[in-house]
Amino acid sequence: MSEIKIISNKNIKENYFKMVLDASGIARKALPGQFVNIRVSDGTQPLLRRPLGIHRVTGHQSLVTGIELLFEVVGDGTRLLSQKKAGEYLDVIGPLGNGFSVLGSRFSVLVAGGMGVVPLLFLAERIIQGTEKRNKVNPVVLIGSKTKNGILCAKEFKALGCDVKVATEDGSQGLKGYVTGLLEDVLRHYPLPGTRYPIYACGPTPMLKEISRLSQEYKIPAQISLEAHMACGIGACLGCVVNTKEGFKRVCKEGPVFYAKEILWS
Amino acid sequence: MYKGLEVKIGKLRLLNPVMVASGTFGYAEEFSDFMDLKKLGAVVTKTITLKPRPGNKPPRTCETPSGMLNSIGLENPGLNRFVSEKLPYLKKIGVPIIVSIASEGDSREFVELAKCLDEIKEISAIELNISCPNIRGQKSEGRSQNVRLVSQDPKATYAVVRSVRKVTKKTLITKLSPNVTSIEDIALAAERAGTDALALINTLLGMSIDTQTLRPRIAAVTAGLSGPAIRPVAVRMTWEVYRKTKLPIIGMGGITDTKSALEFILAGATAVAVGTANFVKPSVTIEIIDGLKEYLNKNRIADIKSLIGALKL
Ligand SMILES: Cc1cc2nc3c(=O)[nH]c(=O)nc-3n(C[C@H](O)[C@H](O)[C@H](O)COP(=O)(O)OP(=O)(O)OC[C@H]3O[C@@H](n4cnc5c(N)ncnc54)[C@H](O)[C@@H]3O)c2cc1C
Ligand SMILES: Cc1cc2nc3c(=O)[nH]c(=O)nc-3n(C[C@H](O)[C@H](O)[C@H](O)COP(=O)(O)O)c2cc1C
Ligand code: FES
Repeated sequence: MSEIKIISNKNIKENYFKMVLDASGIARKALPGQFVNIRVSDGTQPLLRRPLGIHRVTGHQSLVTGIELLFEVVGDGTRLLSQKKAGEYLDVIGPLGNGFSVLGSRFSVLVAGGMGVVPLLFLAERIIQGTEKRNKVNPVVLIGSKTKNGILCAKEFKALGCDVKVATEDGSQGLKGYVTGLLEDVLRHYPLPGTRYPIYACGPTPMLKEISRLSQEYKIPAQISLEAHMACGIGACLGCVVNTKEGFKRVCKEGPVFYAKEILWS
Repeated sequence: MYKGLEVKIGKLRLLNPVMVASGTFGYAEEFSDFMDLKKLGAVVTKTITLKPRPGNKPPRTCETPSGMLNSIGLENPGLNRFVSEKLPYLKKIGVPIIVSIASEGDSREFVELAKCLDEIKEISAIELNISCPNIRGQKSEGRSQNVRLVSQDPKATYAVVRSVRKVTKKTLITKLSPNVTSIEDIALAAERAGTDALALINTLLGMSIDTQTLRPRIAAVTAGLSGPAIRPVAVRMTWEVYRKTKLPIIGMGGITDTKSALEFILAGATAVAVGTANFVKPSVTIEIIDGLKEYLNKNRIADIKSLIGALKL
């Protein structure tokens, strides 16, 4: 935990903000899927910290300088965070939790619903850095949202060389429907039928539940990043648990990333 | 060595009066990255039961104005795994270990737990959690109908404390619930039964509703309120109990800083415990210990004990 300087905090569109923190210590340790826990107010309102995923590590591989966050204003905590200015300091704990295990497979599918793009961009960077050039099939990234304004990071994923497909519930961009529809398409056709490749996903619970079902149907392992209400974020309060085949597990400590097959959905 | 912060709780001597509240500090290891655990007055463990308990269904916590609700449901690994998996780390810290225990059934479970813990020399004290609002459906001797918690009934409190007192010489702390009409009556019952100290308060029973989904924000519907929101209630109860009993009190409920810790001491607490604030600032206890020392120095007070109950009326 420490006082960390805000390098920038920009309103990228509508209610979405991108914040860069001068946090080389966190950046050096950070793995895709891990999060930080931020105190948004010095007072007691709101009282608890707010968890946010690590969106990116800034700087170069050999000399990382900080981390980038991407958040949507949904309530008081995120509103306060959106009002912070460059040069101000924040009390940030992290990196926390267990991230994605980056498997050295030739191909992978990343599925994001809404803010689920946050850890997946960081993951895509690491996957691409880790793959040998000659063997590489760029990851497919599926992004879903209610409407086109909620489709984030498509450009960034494309810049990395990912094959990006979009779905919106209202049909304002890409396929009309759920992002899981796109996933089913990929599982049926893409591009190496019969081979196993990992699915990595982050997004709302109903989406993750459907991905779990698909991953079982197609016998393809899926790593999913879950959300839970967190009081401590460090494994102490037992407030953030999810029901798994081995009993309750803490989303902040054993998670937020779990294998889909472990989860017992209610 | 600086002695100005030393206090005694029963037979237990603490180098400073700042400890952590059960259930808000895990088994201490969770906080090792954030602070020097050796500086704590004492560590109080998450409440354990004889058998492992899975705890309640999620969601288990939500935030409320200047506080939070929780219904963890005493998730814990049970006595045996506590001793084999959690205690070794606690022993290494080198500060007094207070083990919080609860019963899922009747007082026999308290007795059995206390007997086992009594044999472990590194354990300094036992805290009886007879005040957790998040476990249900208990039936027990000595309790009248409709009473949910042991600590809501003086007779039941007396019976449990008495039966545990008989099997342990370790410092015995009884933790009281604020969900009562007269906390003094419960405190007096525990005193008569032979407890060495009282800890108060546990959480206040509360509830919160999501107006979008029309559902309770906690799966168990009702839950325990903690944090700064409950502090005035806790200070008041500390003062009430201080006036009625001679027992040392461990005061808690919404402590977030030195000032709020001092409020409890002035109201009559010998020591304080920090709960929810550990989630907000994992090293807050260290700040409070340093802050108390500074307060004594600045006001030329040699011994913190002279502040206990020093409230001017
Ligand atoms: C591991 C993890 C990583 C996250 N990463 C990001 C991220 O990168 N970007 C981002 O925009 N959001 C992220 N979230 C969600 C974010 O933490 C919440 O949106 C935020 O805490 C809301 O705070 P608030 O005070 O603005 O809203 P509140 O007034 O507290 O709540 C507004 C709404 O947000 C929901 N909410 C509140 N707290 C949480 C929570 N801890 N988890 C899920 N929903 C919550 C509430 O149910 C309510 O519907 C993440 C959550 C977790 C658990
Ligand atoms: C998440 C959480 C879990 C708790 N678990 C326990 C417990 O296991 N045993 C217990 O005696 N009290 C438990 N408590 C109550 C605290 O020990 C304390 O009495 C109460 O929270 C008031 O202090 P605070 O306002 O500083 O948190 C718990 C409180 C919280 C917030
Ligand atoms: S948020 Fe406290 S244990 Fe996960």
